[in-house]
Amino acid sequence: MSHLYTWSGILIVVFFSVVGDNLMSRAMKQVGDVHAIVKHSGVWTVVGRVLSNSNFFLAVSAMAVAFFSLLFALSWGDVSLVAPAAASLTFIANAFAAKIFLHERVDRRRWIAAVLVAAGVVLLAG
Amino acid sequence: MLSHGMKQAGNISIHHLQGVILAVLNPWVAIGILLLLAFFASYMNALSWADLTYVLPATSLGYVLLALVAKFALHEQISMLRWLGIALISGGVGFVAGGPALTAHPHDEHPKDPLLEKSARSFDRAQGKGGAPTGAEAEL
Repeated sequence: MSHLYTWSGILIVVFFSVVGDNLMSRAMKQVGDVHAIVKHSGVWTVVGRVLSNSNFFLAVSAMAVAFFSLLFALSWGDVSLVAPAAASLTFIANAFAAKIFLHERVDRRRWIAAVLVAAGVVLLAG
Repeated sequence: MLSHGMKQAGNISIHHLQGVILAVLNPWVAIGILLLLAFFASYMNALSWADLTYVLPATSLGYVLLALVAKFALHEQISMLRWLGIALISGGVGFVAGGPALTAHPHDEHPKDPLLEKSARSFDRAQGKGGAPTGAEAEL
């Protein structure tokens, strides 16, 4: 039973992190190349564009929910399971979500990278 | 930094919320929060010109740095398994860094934005694939 709690907690964390990362990526693509905008019209233009972007606020909300559900999940399960499992599953799930929702070209190179990094995070944080 | 400061601040209970404010005043916690903000700003900057699947593996280098700092500054022992983890992450980042940073979309979603158009054009020139045919978008 406690396993079920722990893993559902982990999945909730992964879900909201992925939603947050994808929305943030979409928001920043809508804002545009920060370096180019700063060069062209100053840093306040970037701040204004970011703060007027609804995806940015949705992303920050999703990331906040992910953070607090991580705290909950940590209270249900061991740190040595929850932290690496949530971190590495987020990498894999993000690759799927970026392909589906952001239409990124996730080629073999990027799949291998996602899997290698996920495995590395398990070994490092485990 | 945050962890160091919070351990100095001690346990915080829900009945002593002023403890949270005292914790923020701890210089270690304040530096930790500033660094986290700086990380977030850099992350958003990177996402503005690169794909999410490019940026995320790159940010995982933070785990490697953390382990190396723990080894050389805090003199913690790093096991063989953790060295293997460091190697896997570095390898993964190397893999993704060898590829293109941004998916080239033939029809930009914001053609009216002159800044975006300009940066997209210069990016295409830099990548040497201006007006790449959609067929090139197929999976490898």
